[in-house]
Amino acid sequence: MIRDITLGQYYPADSVLHKLDPRTKFLGTMAFIISVFVFHTMPGYAVATLFLAGMIILSKVPVKFMFKGLKAIFLILMITVVFNIILTPGEILWKWGFLKVTKEGLSMAGRMAIRLTYLVIGSSIMTLTTTPNQLTDGLERLLRPLNHIRVPVHEIAMIMSIALRFIPILLEETDKIMKAQIARGADFESGNLIQKAKSMVPLLVPLFISAFRRANDLAMAMEARCYHGGDDRTQMKPLKYAGRDYVSFLILVVYVGIAIAFRVLGI
Amino acid sequence: MSIELKNVTYTYSPGTAYEIHALKDISMYIPDGQFIGVIGHTGSGKSTLIQHFNALIQPTSGTILYNGEDVWAEKYDRRKLRSEVGLVFQYPEHQLFENDVLSDVCFGPMNQGLTREEAEVEAKKALQQVGFKEKNYSKSPFELSGGQKKRVAIAGVLAMNPKILILDEPTAGLDPKGRDDILDQIAELHKVRGITIILVSHSMEDIAKYVERLIVMNNGGVAFDSTPKEVFSHYKELEAMGLAAPQITYIMHSLKENGLDVDTDATTVAEAKESILDALKSGHSYLLREVQTAESTGSVGKRTDREENETCKPGERRSDR
Repeated sequence: MIRDITLGQYYPADSVLHKLDPRTKFLGTMAFIISVFVFHTMPGYAVATLFLAGMIILSKVPVKFMFKGLKAIFLILMITVVFNIILTPGEILWKWGFLKVTKEGLSMAGRMAIRLTYLVIGSSIMTLTTTPNQLTDGLERLLRPLNHIRVPVHEIAMIMSIALRFIPILLEETDKIMKAQIARGADFESGNLIQKAKSMVPLLVPLFISAFRRANDLAMAMEARCYHGGDDRTQMKPLKYAGRDYVSFLILVVYVGIAIAFRVLGI
Repeated sequence: MSIELKNVTYTYSPGTAYEIHALKDISMYIPDGQFIGVIGHTGSGKSTLIQHFNALIQPTSGTILYNGEDVWAEKYDRRKLRSEVGLVFQYPEHQLFENDVLSDVCFGPMNQGLTREEAEVEAKKALQQVGFKEKNYSKSPFELSGGQKKRVAIAGVLAMNPKILILDEPTAGLDPKGRDDILDQIAELHKVRGITIILVSHSMEDIAKYVERLIVMNNGGVAFDSTPKEVFSHYKELEAMGLAAPQITYIMHSLKENGLDVDTDATTVAEAKESILDALKSGHSYLLREVQTAESTGSVGKRTDREENETCKPGERRSDR
């Protein structure tokens, strides 16, 4: 029930995407997300779909994993679609009281739905093919220039990797506590909103306590191993671009070029 | 109040890279009033197995019958089942959440529809049965020691008056004294309330002392399901599964190999003591033969006393433990 969130869950496989440098994948995902917002016509989305499909095939990750992440944003997606449909001014197709469905609204809603969906699937590809550690290593390297303006890049990256690492652990913990309380007759499903919120107390209190305990233990373990932040810290596996990364960058440049060209030409 | 499992199979994350077959085609019958031990090393499927008993997880295939009714049938009241089959998870102290001990124990009975007053009666009874002191009832559960928290958590399930009580490693993380206390109280519950108890444990010693039936899990299947004596006689196979028979089994087997005619079925220290003493008295031991020949010739009377003392000592010392 709560194991359905794929974000931050690595899927091990042997594919080109898995082997790519995390920085390449990160920049690629960014480029893809930007392109989804640059495209604004059906042919454009067709290109984006083609690109996305290609990536999914290359990643060798079963397709259903990609869509699992969508379940989590389903509500947001629905809200966006509904609001876009009824609140966009323009040519009125259908009217009921103060609610108007416009042609512009429909096309806007469609576009937003595609964009949000692609955004989630795009980032899912990255998180499914990259371990959280690789991802934060990559981010740390990408953001290193910010060190000069006194941004604690290493610390931020460390916080992120710990947070990502803890998502599955906390999910498992939630599952366990939930089962323990269900075994004591707790009911997390029925009742109105207030009853439901109240029924969360037996779940949330133990969960918070365990999260604090884990945080405390981890801090202690890191200190015991003399961790002191990013100064002069070297890496066991330093990141290096390989041939496939340069090829990927070339493909990305072409892809973003197409996106911009489509926009400029208004296709 | 019987539970019956028929060809139960359970797979974690089916169809993914993380697919694990936790249970493979398990069938078993658990009648009323037994004290059952479930043993197996980490990952053998024992925790998954016990979660099937109160319908916390649905088997991938197979059926689970409680009193002959399929618990996963459309209209089956699984909440009622869960209040009749109490399950205490490993590290149950992690589920405590209320401001004070008494309220936490009341959570279960109140979920059964009891009023606060009625629930408190049940809660107090349960707390008493696990040996929790009354003066601590109003303390926050988070102020308690590990052993006390565990008692509160067990009482939390017990207060629901289950007909079957399942405990997953109730002694994990406790000192030897706390472990013996809790296990004794569980055995007491079995006697006083007459409920079925299923005890999951790593420790063969704990299991051997209390249970009447022992289920050994290995790789998602049932390796043995019999009396502890019978199971421990397969101690070589147990070792191959990464388990070990109680230490006493090893002692008895090596005594036998070395010529002392003892009963290798003994599983507890008390039984072993009896068996060793009997063997020594019956005089088949070469340890005593020398003494007896010495006695019959009447040559060295003094030495006999000393020798007799020495042969008895090891047996006595073991029985003291």
